[in-house]
Amino acid sequence: MQYAVVQRILGILLSLFSLTLLPPIAIAWWSNDSSLQGFLTAIFLITLIGFCLWFPVRNIRNELKLRDGFVVVVLFWVGLGFTGAIPFVLSDTPHLSITDAVFESMSGLTTTGATILTGIDDLPKPILFYRQELQWLGGMGIIVLAVAILPILGIGGMQLYRAETPGPMKESKLTPRITETAKALWYIYLGLTVTCCLSYWAAGMTFFDAISHSFSTVSIGGFSTHDASIGYFNNIWVDTIAIVFMIFSGINFTLHFFAWRNQSTQPYWHDSELRAYLSIMGIVCLVTCIYLSITSDYTDLTKMFVDGIFQSISIATTTGFTTTQYQNWPSFLPMLLLFASFLGACAGSTGGGIKIVRVLLLFKQGIREVKRLIHPNALFIIKINDKPVQERVINAIWGFFAAYTAVFIFFQLVLMASGLDPITAFSAVAACLNNLGPGLGDVSAHYNNINDFAKWVLCFAMLMGRLEIFTLLVLFSPVFWRK
Amino acid sequence: MKIIILGAGQVGSSVAANLVGEANDITVVDSNPKCLTNLNERYDLQTIVGVASHPSVLEQAGAKDADMILAVTNSDEINMIACQVAYTLFHTPTKIARVRNTEYLSKTALFAQEALPIDVLISPEQLVTEHIERLISYPRALQVLEFAEGKAQMVAVRANYSGPLVGHRTGDVGRYLPELDCRIVILFRHNKAIIPDRNTVVEPDDELFFIGAPKHVRALLQSLRSTTREVKRIMLAGGGNIGMRLAMKLERQYQVKLIEMDFERAQHAAEQLKNTIVLHGDATNEELLREENIDDTDIFCALTHADEANIISSMLSKRLGARKVMALINRAGYVDLVQSNVIDIAISPQQATIGTLLAHIRKGDVVAVHSLRRGAAEAIEAVAHGNKDSSRVVGRMIEEVDLPPGTSIGALVRGDVVILALHDTVIEAEDHVILLVADKKQVPEIERLFQVGITFL
Repeated sequence: MQYAVVQRILGILLSLFSLTLLPPIAIAWWSNDSSLQGFLTAIFLITLIGFCLWFPVRNIRNELKLRDGFVVVVLFWVGLGFTGAIPFVLSDTPHLSITDAVFESMSGLTTTGATILTGIDDLPKPILFYRQELQWLGGMGIIVLAVAILPILGIGGMQLYRAETPGPMKESKLTPRITETAKALWYIYLGLTVTCCLSYWAAGMTFFDAISHSFSTVSIGGFSTHDASIGYFNNIWVDTIAIVFMIFSGINFTLHFFAWRNQSTQPYWHDSELRAYLSIMGIVCLVTCIYLSITSDYTDLTKMFVDGIFQSISIATTTGFTTTQYQNWPSFLPMLLLFASFLGACAGSTGGGIKIVRVLLLFKQGIREVKRLIHPNALFIIKINDKPVQERVINAIWGFFAAYTAVFIFFQLVLMASGLDPITAFSAVAACLNNLGPGLGDVSAHYNNINDFAKWVLCFAMLMGRLEIFTLLVLFSPVFWRK
Repeated sequence: MKIIILGAGQVGSSVAANLVGEANDITVVDSNPKCLTNLNERYDLQTIVGVASHPSVLEQAGAKDADMILAVTNSDEINMIACQVAYTLFHTPTKIARVRNTEYLSKTALFAQEALPIDVLISPEQLVTEHIERLISYPRALQVLEFAEGKAQMVAVRANYSGPLVGHRTGDVGRYLPELDCRIVILFRHNKAIIPDRNTVVEPDDELFFIGAPKHVRALLQSLRSTTREVKRIMLAGGGNIGMRLAMKLERQYQVKLIEMDFERAQHAAEQLKNTIVLHGDATNEELLREENIDDTDIFCALTHADEANIISSMLSKRLGARKVMALINRAGYVDLVQSNVIDIAISPQQATIGTLLAHIRKGDVVAVHSLRRGAAEAIEAVAHGNKDSSRVVGRMIEEVDLPPGTSIGALVRGDVVILALHDTVIEAEDHVILLVADKKQVPEIERLFQVGITFL
C-alpha cells in the first residue's frame, strides 16, 4: 500500500470535486438565496481538506498499483459522501442532521434516489440543483470523469476505472488509451443529458426543472425537484420522454459509443445483452399493464397504460421516478417491480442492480446444466454475441451473485434487528443495494421515518451497490492488507 | 504445355500423375525430398527440392517459360506468395492456387490482378463440403454433380430390386415419369460404364446417372423415394476443416451433432458453432454412438483425416442403425472396397479437387470435368464457341457431331434452360454441352473437338 500516492490523488480529486459546487453557488448568488453562505463555506472547507491532503505529498510520483486503485476509489466515494453532505448541514433550509445529510448525499452520488427530505417543492433552488447535480456526477462515475480530464492520473487510470465501472467484463476499453475512453463515455453522457434536457423543456417543463430532471434521468438516479416526482407535471409527453431516456441510459454505453463512431444503429441490433434487456423490460411492462387492467379501478385507460409502463421502466431500470403511488397497487405489482430491479440495467450503463449481462450468463449456465444432463459427452460453450465467454468470467459472476445474496441477507437481518418490519427492511435493502430509491412499507415515500442506525447501514448498502460489492469487499479481506 | 506444380502432397501428386500422361512438361517442387523421390520414380517428370515461394527455386523450376503454375502446398501463405512471385518476376500467364482459409477466401478483392494475382482459387475443403451438402440434400443420390453454375444437375441413383426402374428400358423412363424432364445418360453395371441406348434394360444394382434441371432432378428423386423419412438428424465425426464447415452450413436446417476426439479442437468447434451439439469423444466408441441415439440418425458422415477410422466408424454406425452412412476416403483403393457394400457413399476429396483443377488446366473451352465413380468415367462440360465454319460442333445436329467412340452428349444448357440432347438437337454458339466419356483416353479428343479453328478470331 502506498499511502502517500493514495493521499495525493485523494487530495486532487477532492479539490476537483469542490468545483462542482460552483453552479449551485452561482444560482444562489443570482437568486440571492440564503443558502449562498452554506455553499461558500462548503467549497472553502472541501478545498481546504483537499489541499491539506495534497500539499505534504505533492511531489510523490509513484505509479498507482492495482491495490491502491481500490483504496482510492472507495475512500474517495466515502469522502465524497461526507463532504458532499456539508451544504445540507450548513444551509438553513433544510437544516439536516449529519446522518440525514450523509444519507442524502450518498443517495445522490450513488444514483439511488432515496431521500429523507419532505416538502421538496419548498426547498431553495440551489439545494435542489445541488441534489440533482450529485446524481449526475455519480451516474457516469466521478472518477471516470477525473480520469477523462486529469492526465496526471493517466498511469494508474485503468485501475481506478476498473474499480468504478459496473459490469463483469471491464477489460474492454473503447479506445487504446484510457483517457480517451473516459472522455468518450462522458461525451456520450453529456450528449444524452443535453438531448434529454431539451426534450423535457420542449414538453413543457421550466428550464430549471428540465435541467434538473435530465440530470437524474440520464444518470438513472431518481431525485426530483418535486414531492410528487415526475407525477407533478401530469404531462404524458414528459412521461414518454422520461421512459425513452431511462431505457436509453440503461443500455451499455459501449454500444452508444460504437453506434456513434460508426454512425449506424448496427451495434444495437446484434447485442444479446441489449436484446435480453429490452425483452425483460417488455415483459415487465406487459405483465404490469395486463394485471393493472384486470385488478385496478383506473377510469382513464391511457393513463393506466402510461403509468404501468412508466412505473415498470422506472423501477426495473433502477431509476426510481414515480408518476403515481405505485406502492398502493395490488401487492403483486410492487413486489414484481422490486424483483425486476434486481436484474437492473445493462453492464456499463448508469443503472444499478445485478446487471442484465450477469443474469443472462447465469441463465445460460442453467440451460447448459440441463443440456449436460442429456449429453454427458458434449461440450457446451456459453456465448455472448456469438463469442465464447471465459470460464473465469462465469466463475466470477457466480461469486458476485453469491456475494450479492449474502450481503443482501446480512443487511436485511441487521435492519430487522434495528427494529424495522420485514417488508420495510427487505424493500429498503433492495432499493438501496440496487440503487433504486423508493421502497415499500415505511420507506415507500421517503426514508425519514427509520432510525439513524438503519440510515447508516443503508448508506453502506448504497455504496456497495454502486461499487458492485467486490470493490468495497476487497478492502475487508485480510489478503488485501497482507504485505 | 509447361506446368509447375508446387507441393507434392496428395493433390499435387495426383494432378501430376493425371497430367503427365497428357504430353505436358511437369516440374514438381516440394521442400520434402521424400515425397519427390516417390514421384520421380513413377512418372516422367522433373522434381526440385526447395521452398516453393522462393524466387530462386521458382527460377530453377523454369518459371520463366512456364505456361502455368499450380500452387498446392500445405500453406495458404506460401501458395499466395508463390503466385505473386511468379507474376512479378516471371510473368507466368496462368496462376492457380489452393487457398483454404475462409478469412482470405471471403475477400475477393484480395485476388485482383494488382493485389494477389491469382487467376483461379481452389479450396478443396469448400469443394468437398459443397459436395457432401448436395448429397445430404438429395438423400437417395450417390453422387450429385452440377453443371453451368448449377443450372443442370446430374445425380447417381442405385436401382433397387423392388424399385420402379428395374426391368424397364432406359428409353421408357421418360414415359414412366412424363412430367419430369430427366434422362439416364450413363450407367454402371458391375463397375463398367455403359452409355445406354434406348433399349438398354435397367438391372438391379445398376448405378444410374440422371441429368436434368435441378427442379426436375429433385422431383425425380422424390418420386423414386420409397417410404423414407425426411433427413433431420445428422451426425458428423471429425471436427476438422471439412467437419466444421459442413456443420456450419447444415446446423440451420438440420439437427447436427459433431464428434471430435481432440479436446482442443472440440472446444474450438463448440465456440464457432451455434446450434450444433459438439461431443468430445471417439467416433468409433460404440457406447458414445448409442448414447447419442445413432439408431435414430438419418445420416452419419465420417470426416476425420484417417481413412481407416472413417471406414470403421461408418461401418459401426451402419450396424448400430444409422440410416445412411458416408465416409471421407482418400485412398482410391479403399473406395472400391467399401463403396455400396458396407458404406453407402465414399467421398473422395482428391477427386473433387482434381476435377476442378483439371478443368482449368485442360485446353479448349472445357469448363468442368467431373469424375464419375472415381475416374471410371468422366462428365465434361464444354462451351461451344464460334460458328458453323470455325467450329466442329456449332450449327450441327448432335448426330452429325464427330464424337470419339465411347462418348455421348447428355444435355445442353442454353441460357438458363436445360435441353436434353436428342439426335436432331442443333448445338448453338455459347451452349454449355455436357458430355459423358466412358473411356478417359478420349478426353483430349473432346478438347480438340471444342477448339475453335485458327480462322476464327
